[in-house]
Amino acid sequence: MSFVQNFPFFSIILAMFSGIVSSVLSGKKARNLTLAMIVVTTALSAGTLAFCLRTEESYTYMMGHFPAPWGNEIRAGVLECVTAVLFGVVMFLSVVGGLTHTAEDVEESKLNLFYIMIDLMLSSLLALVYTNDLFTAYVFVEINTIAGCGLIMIRQKGRSLSAAIRYMVMSQLGSGLFLIGLSLLYDVTGHLLMSPAKESVELLVEAGRYKIPLLMIMAVISVGLAIKSGLYPFHYWIPDTYGYATPTGSAVLSGLVSKGYIFLLIKIFYRVLGRENLVGTHMVNVLYLFGVCGMIMGSLHAIGEKDTRRMIAYSSVAQIGYIYMGIGLGTTAGMVASIFHIFAHSATKALLFISAVGLYEVSGDRKDFVSLRGAAFRNPLAGVGFSIGALSMVGFPMLSGFISKLLFATSALGSPEKMMPTLIVLALSTLLNAVYFLRLVITLYSRRRPGDKPLPEQTIVKSSWMLRFAIICFIGLNLVLGMSSQPIVQAITDGLAMFD
Amino acid sequence: MNVSLLQHLAMNIEETASIILFGIGFTILLLHPNLVKKIMGMNIMDTATYLFLAAKGYITGRAVPIVVDGVQDVEAYINPVPSGLVLTGIVVSVSTTALMLALVVRLYERYHSLDLDEILILAKEEEEQI
Repeated sequence: MSFVQNFPFFSIILAMFSGIVSSVLSGKKARNLTLAMIVVTTALSAGTLAFCLRTEESYTYMMGHFPAPWGNEIRAGVLECVTAVLFGVVMFLSVVGGLTHTAEDVEESKLNLFYIMIDLMLSSLLALVYTNDLFTAYVFVEINTIAGCGLIMIRQKGRSLSAAIRYMVMSQLGSGLFLIGLSLLYDVTGHLLMSPAKESVELLVEAGRYKIPLLMIMAVISVGLAIKSGLYPFHYWIPDTYGYATPTGSAVLSGLVSKGYIFLLIKIFYRVLGRENLVGTHMVNVLYLFGVCGMIMGSLHAIGEKDTRRMIAYSSVAQIGYIYMGIGLGTTAGMVASIFHIFAHSATKALLFISAVGLYEVSGDRKDFVSLRGAAFRNPLAGVGFSIGALSMVGFPMLSGFISKLLFATSALGSPEKMMPTLIVLALSTLLNAVYFLRLVITLYSRRRPGDKPLPEQTIVKSSWMLRFAIICFIGLNLVLGMSSQPIVQAITDGLAMFD
Repeated sequence: MNVSLLQHLAMNIEETASIILFGIGFTILLLHPNLVKKIMGMNIMDTATYLFLAAKGYITGRAVPIVVDGVQDVEAYINPVPSGLVLTGIVVSVSTTALMLALVVRLYERYHSLDLDEILILAKEEEEQI
């Protein structure tokens, strides 16, 4: 066994331990430790990626001394490593970008707690990406939820607290369903490791036994994770949660947390329940329907929103809809498009939240359209960053959003009965995206009118260099995803092939 | 195979009970406006899952898988895995309950209410005043 194969385990445990160590450190030291940890774990994931690309196969890594089917396992392949690297990069840039605001929003004595939450968040995300065991996945889903709740409630404002309790309630509903789904699955298959569970599921399907329980398992696990990732009819917690957390919190929650759950769902679909079975039971059609509704309704809500931060949050509802629509197509091409959109949306939404902070800074921390008028002239870099993020969401060529829209459209051609609705909804949703994002971009680039409310005096003139650095890196990430998407799409396709 | 549905349910009385309890807990967590009762609902929901797991792991006539005087035959013990899962699950649900209770205390200190709808309205008003 090569030494590199230990890296996924190292990265999870490193993230977790830096959380534990941070509890006795001062805020500043905890911050430095967290940043260093994110860099190291991302490098470890990149090392594993290089290893997987070289050997062209995935591997499982035994945790402890018990071999499968009893012990616990980690599994690393190309797709897992690409996701882990991207999550690490987005996490690093979100933390760096929101650094000054985190220090302002969080009490000095509690600053290290914020970084503990970031550490636990990254650790649980990595575990969700890498794990090959369903119950481990459940435990880390809960750790993720607790860390996410911590990130919201650490900002001691009334609306942050009420958002946190709403988030907890919805997350617990999702976790409960996920847990009962796992229990049922363990009941019918007798396994918690993904690979042996899949073999049992295949045998059961072949023999035609336990049809209703298997259907229930699929429904309950899908709905549970859909609630947690904020799919359309379960999205009520999203605007408050993303709208009232700290900037880093918003970027991390919208860019990474919901994506971690969707990645887990895709993993379970491929590695446990079997994609063909989901297509056969029409479970995917339900997800497709919810996804399509989310694409339209999320955008409609966003158009009606006056608070720009909540508007960006509602746009997340639409984008999550895209991802589920791709999963709902039920084809491999649709799944590739969905995973690419997970990446594209992580990079873009974090860019939007972070550059929006730069715009609020120069507008007296106000978030409405009138105060933001002309903000792009007051903070040019944040204006450019926000415009690029907005254009990417709309689907402007060269940016990451365009590639995912293209992939969705081409994958729709592969499933005849869903082709027309998919293409129509894609076009409609693009139009709606353009309405609210371009309206904001135009507002940012229009001169203030004489009658506008004056901005408060304490307006910051220049953003910190960290924020500017993060915006530039996010723009770069978007351009990389948009302009050289071919190797990434290839890696996703290869990784999905390794899932079987 | 001519056992009726009711007989099936009666034969699997623990599972039936646990699913009903799960439904009750889920509904309370989703719909009840009172935050403390929401937490109670969450606990009922979680405990129902543990009952389900424990019932599934039990095999009639076998002993607890604790080794006292030498390892006996495998046939002598019940399945230990669900018990392990239940223990892990309890740890998880204790921590989420603690977190939610802490949040509720915070909200009560601030708004003097346990009604989620009322708290949401108060929080909105508070923000608009600023």
